[in-house]
Amino acid sequence: MIVQVINFFRDRLPIVIRWCYVGLAALVAWDIAFVDKSHAHTAMEKLPGFWAIFGFVACVLIIIVSKWFGHQGIMTREDYYDD
Amino acid sequence: MTTEFWFHPSLILIIGAVLLPLVPKALKKAFLVAVPVLAFLDVLSMQGNNGTFGVVQFLDWSLIFGRVDALSMVFAYIMTLMCIIGTIYGLHVEEDFQHVAAWLYVAGSLGVIFCGDYLVLFLFWEVMAFSSVFLVWFRRRKESLAVGYRYLLVHTAGGLLLLAGMILRFKATGGDLSFGPIGVDNPQLYTYLIMAGFILNAAVPPLHAWLPDAYGEATVSGAVFMCAFTTKTAVYALARGFAGMEILVPLGVCMALYGVVYAVLENDSRRLLAYHIISQVGYMVAGVGIGTQLAINGACAHAFAHILYKGLLFMGCGAVLHMTGKSKFSELGGLYAKMPRTFIFTLIGGLSISAFPLFSGFVSKAMIVAAGFAEHNYWAAFLLTLASAGTFLHTGLKVPYFIWFGKNNCSQETMQKAADPPMNMQAAMIIASFLCIFIGCYTPYLYDMLPYPDVAANYHPYNQYHLSETLQILLFTALGFFLLIKKLAPEPKISLDLDWFYRMGGRGFLWLAKKPIQTADNWVSEAYRIIGLIPLMATARFWSWFDWHGIDGVVDGLARTVQGIGGQLRGLQNGQLQFNILYAMSLVAIVLVIFVFV
Repeated sequence: MIVQVINFFRDRLPIVIRWCYVGLAALVAWDIAFVDKSHAHTAMEKLPGFWAIFGFVACVLIIIVSKWFGHQGIMTREDYYDD
Repeated sequence: MTTEFWFHPSLILIIGAVLLPLVPKALKKAFLVAVPVLAFLDVLSMQGNNGTFGVVQFLDWSLIFGRVDALSMVFAYIMTLMCIIGTIYGLHVEEDFQHVAAWLYVAGSLGVIFCGDYLVLFLFWEVMAFSSVFLVWFRRRKESLAVGYRYLLVHTAGGLLLLAGMILRFKATGGDLSFGPIGVDNPQLYTYLIMAGFILNAAVPPLHAWLPDAYGEATVSGAVFMCAFTTKTAVYALARGFAGMEILVPLGVCMALYGVVYAVLENDSRRLLAYHIISQVGYMVAGVGIGTQLAINGACAHAFAHILYKGLLFMGCGAVLHMTGKSKFSELGGLYAKMPRTFIFTLIGGLSISAFPLFSGFVSKAMIVAAGFAEHNYWAAFLLTLASAGTFLHTGLKVPYFIWFGKNNCSQETMQKAADPPMNMQAAMIIASFLCIFIGCYTPYLYDMLPYPDVAANYHPYNQYHLSETLQILLFTALGFFLLIKKLAPEPKISLDLDWFYRMGGRGFLWLAKKPIQTADNWVSEAYRIIGLIPLMATARFWSWFDWHGIDGVVDGLARTVQGIGGQLRGLQNGQLQFNILYAMSLVAIVLVIFVFV
C-alpha cells in the first residue's frame, strides 16, 4: 500500500512539484495577510515572509559553508586511519 | 529518610542481567520483555511519592541512592520506557551478554538519575562507561575493538576530571558530598572540573569526538541504547547542578551548529545521526545555561522527546544496516519499494527531530528557543533556529532521501537482501513512532511531567505565529534542499574530527614506545640475560628438579595439585582484555547488590 501511494506521486512528479510551489506561495501569502504578529520577538520578524527567507538562506548557507569547510582537507579518503 | 518501601529500578535491571544467562531458552523472550517492564512499573509506582529513599551508611557518609523528585522522575520515566523499546528492538539477538551489557548500562543511567551525592553518582557514572563499551565490542568487526578502547579511554579521562572536581569540592566545602545546584554564581576550579566531566558525556565540543566514533560502530541494537542514555544522563546532571551556568549557552549553540556542519559532510547514516545528537543535545545544554524555569522545562522536554525520536531514527537506519549490511549513503538508495515500513518509521523520526507541527520535537524544542527569546538572548535563539533548519535538512530530508530514494547505489546483493526487518524490530519502531506523534498532538502528557508543570501549562506551542514561523522555515529549507541536491550527493569520504589528535597522538606514542624505548630495553635485557640470567637459571633448574622429584614427591604432591588447578584457570583467561573487564564488571555488579541490600 505504502509503495503504491509513493509510486502514484512519483509517476506524477511534475504536477506534484507544481503543487508544492503553490503550497509554498500560499504559506507565505497566509503569513503576510492573516498571521497575528504580536507574538514576534523582534521587529525584523514583522517583515513579510521573514521566516521563509530565513529558512531558505539558512539551508543554502549551511550547505555551502559546510561543503567548503569539508573540502579544506577535513574530508579525506576512507582508509585514512588504516595502517 | 522515610521508612516506606522503595526499590531501585537499577536493581531490577541488575538482577535481571545476572539471571538472564540462567533463564531457559523457551522463556528467554518473555523474560527479556518482563524485566524492563518491571523497572518501568517500578518508576511509575514512585510518581507522586517524592522524597529521599535508599540511604545507606558507608564509613562516615550517608549515601543516597534514591532521590525522587520531578526532575529525576521525568528522566527515569523516559529511560525505563526506552529500555523496554530498545530491548524489544533487540529481541532477536541471541547472545545474552549483549542484553546484559545494555541493561547494566541503563542501570548505570538510572543510578545517576536517582543518586543524591557525588560518590554514588561517580560509581554509576563509571558503570555506564564500562558496560556500554561492550555494545561497541559486540559488533566484532576488526575496527570495533579499537573504537571501544578509544571510547573507554575518553570516558575514563572524563571520569577522572569529575573525580578531581569532587575531591576538590569535598575539601573546599568541608566534607560536602551532596549533589545539587553547585553554585554557578561563584564558580571555583572544582565547578569547572565537575562541569568538564559532565559535558564530556554530553559530547560538547571539543570533548565530543568519542560520540560519532562509537555510535557509528556500535551493534545495531546497541546503538539504539547508546544514543539514548549517555548524553541525556549528562543533560540531567547538568540540569541538576548547573542550571543558569552562563557559559553553557554559547557552548550549547556551538554544539547545535557543529553537529549540523559535520552532518552535511557525513556519508554514514548512523554517524550522521550521531552528529545530530550533538546538535540536539546542544539545545538542551543551552537550555540549562539559560536556566529559567521555562528553559529547564524545555531542556527536560527536549531530552524526553529526543530519546524517543533519536531512538526511532537509529532503529530505522539500524534496520537498514541489519538487513543489507550497509549504512553508507554511497552504497544505498532507492530502497522504498523494498523497505517501505522502515521508511515511514524513519520519516516519522525525521519529522519529529525537525520539530514539524504534530510531532514531538515541535512541542519540546520550541520551549528552549522561546526561553532564549524571553531572556533577550537573541543571538542564541536565532542561531538555534538556524540549526533547526539544518536538522530538517539532514535528518528529515537527507537521510530518508538518500536511503529510500535518490540515486540507487545498491549492489545487486544489497538489493536482494533489503526487506523490512523482523517483527520485533518493527514493533519497537511502531511504539516509538506512536509516542513521537502522541507527544506532539497531546501536550499535557509530557508537560505535566516536567519539573515546573505550572510554567509548562502556560506554554502553548500551537499558536498561529509559531505554526507559521515553523512551517516557513521547514518548507523553505526543503526548497533549498531540492534546489541544491546535487551538492549534497553522497561522497565516499570520512571527515576528520578532533579525535584525529588522540588517534594520531596515540600512534606517535606507540612509535616512541616501539622504537627508541623498546630498543634500549632490548639491549639492557640482552646484557642482563648473558651476564646474570643464564648462570642463575642453571642453578635454579637443579634446585627445581630436586624440589619436584625429591621433596614434593616424597611429602604430599601439593605442587602437582596446584599445577593442575592452574591449568584449568588458564582456560578462563584467554588474554583478551575485554573478557577480563566483563568478568570484573559482573563481579562488581554482584558485590554492589550484596553490599547495598544485604
